[in-house]
Amino acid sequence: MKPASFDYIRPGSRAEILAALAAHGDDGKILAGGQSLVAAMNFRLARPEVLIDINGTKDLDYLQPSGDSLAIGALTRHAAFHKPVVDGPLGPLLAKVVRNIAHYPIRQRGTFTGSLAHADPASEWCLVATTLDAEMLIVNAEGERRCRAGDFFKGTFTTAVGAQDLLAEVRLPLLDDGWRSGFYEFSRRAGDFALAMSLAALKLENGRITEARLGVGGVADRAIRLHALENELAGKAPSRELFEDVAASAKAAIKPSEDIHASADYRRDLIRTVVLRALTEAAA
Amino acid sequence: MSWIGRSLPRLEDPSLLMGRGRYVADLARGAASVKFVRSPVAAGRILSIDVPDGELVFTAADLDGVKPICPILHRPDYIAVEQPILAKDRVMFCGQALAVVVAEDQGLAEDLAEEVYADIDAEDAIVDMEAALAEGAVAVHAHAPGNVLVEGVLRSPGLDAAFADAAEIVTLDLRSGRQSAMPLEGRGGVAQYDRISGRVTLYASVQMPHMLRTGLADVLQIPEADLRVVAPDVGGGFGQKMSLFPEYVALVWLARKLERDVAWIEDRRENFLASSHSRDQSFHVRGAFAKDGTLLGIDADLKSNVGAFSCYPVTCGVEPLMALAELPGPYKVPEYGVRSRGVTTNTGMMAPYRGVSRPMLTLTMERMMDVAARRLGIDPIEIRRRNLIDSFPHRSPTGLVYDEGSYKEAMDRAVAAIDLTGFRARQKEARAAGRYLGIGFSVFSERTGYGTPAYAARGMNIVPGYEIVSCAMDPSGFVEARIGSSPHGQGLKTALAQLIADELGVEPGKIKVFSGDTDATPYGWGTFASRSMVIAGGACKLAAGKVATRLRSVAAVMMQASEDHIVLEDGLARVTGTNQSLPIPEVARAAYHQSHRFPQSGPGLIENATYDPGGTFSNACHACIVEVDIETGGVKIERFIVAEDAGLLINPMIVDGQIHGGVAQGIANALFEELIYDETGNLLTVSLADYLPPTMAEVPTIEIEHLETVSDATITKAKGVGEGGAIGAPAAIINAMVDALSPFGIEIVRMPATPQYIRKLIREAERDAHG
Ligand SMILES: Cc1cc2nc3c(=O)[nH]c(=O)nc-3n(C[C@H](O)[C@H](O)[C@H](O)COP(=O)(O)OP(=O)(O)OC[C@H]3O[C@@H](n4cnc5c(N)ncnc54)[C@H](O)[C@@H]3O)c2cc1C
Repeated sequence: MKPASFDYIRPGSRAEILAALAAHGDDGKILAGGQSLVAAMNFRLARPEVLIDINGTKDLDYLQPSGDSLAIGALTRHAAFHKPVVDGPLGPLLAKVVRNIAHYPIRQRGTFTGSLAHADPASEWCLVATTLDAEMLIVNAEGERRCRAGDFFKGTFTTAVGAQDLLAEVRLPLLDDGWRSGFYEFSRRAGDFALAMSLAALKLENGRITEARLGVGGVADRAIRLHALENELAGKAPSRELFEDVAASAKAAIKPSEDIHASADYRRDLIRTVVLRALTEAAA
Repeated sequence: MSWIGRSLPRLEDPSLLMGRGRYVADLARGAASVKFVRSPVAAGRILSIDVPDGELVFTAADLDGVKPICPILHRPDYIAVEQPILAKDRVMFCGQALAVVVAEDQGLAEDLAEEVYADIDAEDAIVDMEAALAEGAVAVHAHAPGNVLVEGVLRSPGLDAAFADAAEIVTLDLRSGRQSAMPLEGRGGVAQYDRISGRVTLYASVQMPHMLRTGLADVLQIPEADLRVVAPDVGGGFGQKMSLFPEYVALVWLARKLERDVAWIEDRRENFLASSHSRDQSFHVRGAFAKDGTLLGIDADLKSNVGAFSCYPVTCGVEPLMALAELPGPYKVPEYGVRSRGVTTNTGMMAPYRGVSRPMLTLTMERMMDVAARRLGIDPIEIRRRNLIDSFPHRSPTGLVYDEGSYKEAMDRAVAAIDLTGFRARQKEARAAGRYLGIGFSVFSERTGYGTPAYAARGMNIVPGYEIVSCAMDPSGFVEARIGSSPHGQGLKTALAQLIADELGVEPGKIKVFSGDTDATPYGWGTFASRSMVIAGGACKLAAGKVATRLRSVAAVMMQASEDHIVLEDGLARVTGTNQSLPIPEVARAAYHQSHRFPQSGPGLIENATYDPGGTFSNACHACIVEVDIETGGVKIERFIVAEDAGLLINPMIVDGQIHGGVAQGIANALFEELIYDETGNLLTVSLADYLPPTMAEVPTIEIEHLETVSDATITKAKGVGEGGAIGAPAAIINAMVDALSPFGIEIVRMPATPQYIRKLIREAERDAHG
C-alpha cells in the first residue's frame, strides 16, 4: 500500500499548472483533494511520474454566482456546499446532495471539480452536473474550450479532459424560484458510493410541471439524464400514478451495470425506487 | 469497600486515547522492510520463480531446515496437512506467500516485490464446499481425497423414534457467508536480532505470545530460549491473531539469516487475502417437535469451509467440532444426531473468530423455534420457554455440563424491556401504512472459561486451558501481577487489578499487570475463547490470596496479633476489633528487609498460582426491532436490547464494552460483511470499499440489562462474556427481518442478508403471489 515513486511539484499559479501539464503530458497528474487519486496510487492502480499539486493555487478555490449560473472553481471542496451557497433552489439542492458524499473528513478535502474529472459512475456531483447540464471550462497551455455535461462524460473514469488539460471551472445553472428538487440515494452504509441514486428537479406552475430534469446515477458507466421522461413529465400535474409510470419507464430504459453489491435485476428495482422517491420529494 | 463491581475507568485508556499506545508499527523504526510476494492464482503448480539479481529475495528453496506448520488433532477422522512457510511446488490459495523480499523501506520493498515473477501452471480451483464434496472432485490435498479434513459424527439411539413420533418436522438449510475478524490493526511483526546473544525478539500483534514462541521454535528447530516474543499494544484480535502464521516464521528466519532487524506490517488488502477467515458454513438441520412444541430431537449435517490449511494450534477442527458440540445451545435436546465436517478448498485458511460457529448455531436454533412456533400455532416466546433448560447442572447431549444460568429470566427481561405487546400494536399500524417492522429474539448460551479438560476432549495435541499467575507485592507496597493471558484491547488489566485490590486491600492504581512478554510472564495461553477474566482472573485471585496470607502473617508478627485477626483494607493491615494498624507498604518493606523476624513465612511477598477450571456458561437474550424497506431491501435496526447474565460483574462498564463490540460484529455478520471469491478462487473483496463493516451510522444504541447468576463453577464468580454479543445478535436480527416480512411468507436462509438478497426474496414472493 505504498505508491510507486513519483516526483512532486506544487505550482503557485494557473499558468504554472498549465505549463507543468504541458511539460509532463501523460506522465503528469493533477492532485486535487487526493481522495480518489491517492488511494489508487497506494493500490498502484495509478502510477503518475509527476504529481502536479494544485492546492497551492488558492485562487482556484471559489464559488461565484455569475449571470444565470454558479461558477465553481477547481479547488472548491465538497464541504463548501454543506450550507446553501446561493439564493434560490440550487443552494439547498446541493446541500442536500453533498451529505451523501463520503464522510465528513473526506468532504473537507475532496473537490467538486475533482469528482467530475475523476468521473466515478456513482459520483453525486457527476449526477448533478449531468442532470442540470453543467458547463465545463477546460483549459490547457494552448487555450480553452467549453463543453456541456452531455459531451463531457465518456464512461467510467473517462471524460473530455485530456492529459494536458485542467478542468478549471464548472458552471451549474441557477434555478429560479419555481424549481423544486428531490434527491434519493441508496447505498449499503452511510457514506458509501450509491448503488443507485436519482436527482429530480421540477418547475411547477399552477399545479403543473412546466419543465423537468431527471437523472439517475450509480447504475451504469456514467450518470444518465432521462430526456424522454423529462418530456413525459412536462405539462402534467404531479401525481403518484404519473411518477409510478415515469419510474417504471426509467427502470425499463436503463441497462444497469452489475457488481458484487448489486445484480442487474436488483439495480433495475432500485432505479424504479430512487426515481419514484426523488420525484415524490420534488413534488412534496 | 470492594473494588469488584465498580465501573472503574480503564487504567489502559489514558495512553491509548492520547495516541501514546505502542503498536508493532510504532516499533518498526530502523528495521528493514519485509514484503511478501503472493500468489495471484488459487491453485497450480509452480514452474519457476524469477528473482532479480543482487537483491534480498528468498523463496522456499532458501528455507532449508525450516519445517512446515502442521497442527495435530488426535482423532481418527482428522487428516493433518502441512503449510509451508513459502509455497513449495504448488500454490493452494490466492494470496499464499511465494517469496519474501527485504528492502530499506516499505515503498522500495513493494517495488522489489513487483520484480519477482512466478511462473505458475494454474489449475481449476475448488472454491466452495459443494464443489469440494462433489463426486470425483479433485483433491485439494493429494492425501485427503474427498476434501474432508475432519469429520465428527454422533447419533443418540432414540433419534429415529423422536422423528417418527414428531407432530412437526422443521427443516432448515442455512448458509453463512465468509467473514474476516477484521481487527482494526492488521497483523505485523518486528524481529530484532541481538548480535551479542544471537537471540531474536519478535514484537508481534498477537493474542498468544507464548504459543507463538513454541510454534516458531518448533518450526525453525531452535531452542525456545533463543526467542523472546512480545505482544505490545494490540489493536484487536478477535481470534485472527491466535494462529502461528508463516509470515512470523519468515520474519524470525530473516532476522537470524541477515543478522539485522526486519519488520513486516501487513496492509488491509493482505489482511483480507492472507490472514484467516471464518464463518463460511452451510447447515442442513431437521428438528422434531411434539404437538405442544416440545423439541424431541435434532438431526444435523453441518459443513464448514476450512480453506487450504489447518490453523495452528487449534486446527481446522475449531469450527466443525464447536458446531458439533454446541448446536443444542440453551435448549433441552433429548435426542441428537450430527455429522459435522471441515471441508478443504483453495481459499484462505479458516481460524477462530469471536463466537466460533455459534452465530450460525444460534441462528439455527432460533430460526427453528420461530418456524416451529408458527407451524404449531404457539407463541414464539412460549415455545422457547417450554424448551429452555431450567434445572442445573444440566448435561447436554454432547456431555457438556451447564452451571446455573438464567435462561428464562433473561428472555423475560428482554421481552419486558422491548415491550413486545406494545410493539405488536405498533407493527400493525405501521403495516397498514405500508411499513414493515419486525421483532426478533435470540436466546443462547455462551460457554466460557474452559480449562484443559475441555480441550483435551477435542483430541488436541496442544492442550491449552490453565493459567499461571505470578503475583508479588514489592517492598514499596505496589503489586506486580504477571499473567500468561494476553489482552488486546479488552481492559483486562483493569479488571484484574480490581480483583487483586480486593484480595490485598490496596487500590487498583497500585497494581501493575504485566502481559504479553515471554521474558516477563509465566507460560500461558493468551486471550481467546472468553477465558481471561475467568481463568487468569481466578489465578490472580489465588496468587494474590497467597500473597495476602504472607502479608497477614508478617503483619501479625509486627503487631503481635493472631494472623486470623488481620484484615487488609484501604491500604492498611488492621487488627480486627482494635484500632491497631500498619500501612501495608511498611509491612511489605519488612517482609523483604527484616525477613529474619518472620521465619514462619520466609522472605518476600512473591507467590505463583495456577487455575484450570472446567468452564462456565454465560447466557443472554437479544431482542431487536427492525424496519425493512421492501423496495430497496435495506434494513434499519430501531432498537437492540441485550439481557445478559455473565455471573458476577467485576467491572460492569468493561462488560458493556464487550457486549457493544460483539453486537456490532453480529450486525456485520447478519447484514454487511462478506468475503467473496469468484469461481476461479480470486478474492473480490480486498478493500474496505467492498468489505463493509458497519459504521456508527449502522449500529444503534445497545440497551443492556444485567442479571448476575452466581454459580460455583468459577472462584471469582465471574463468567466469560467476550463473545456473546457476536453470537446472539445475528439470530435476533434475522428473526426480526423474517417477522417484518411475514406478509410475504419469506424465509431468510443466508447471512449476510444483504439488500439485494432481501429484494430478491421479495421479488420472488411477489412473482409467486401474482402467479
Ligand atoms: C471512503 C471514501 C468514500 C467516498 N465516497 C464517495 C461518494 O459517496 N461519492 C463521491 O462522489 N465520491 C466519494 N469519494 C471520492 C471523493 O469524493 C473524491 O474526493 C472525489 O472523487 C475526487 O476528488 P478529489 O478532489 O479528491 O480528486 P483527486 O483524488 O485529487 O483526483 C481524482 C482524479 O481527478 C483528476 N483531477 C482532479 N482535479 C482535476 C482538475 N481540476 N482538472 C483535471 N483533472 C483533475 C486527478 O488527476 C485524478 O485523476 C469517496 C472517497 C473515499 C476515500
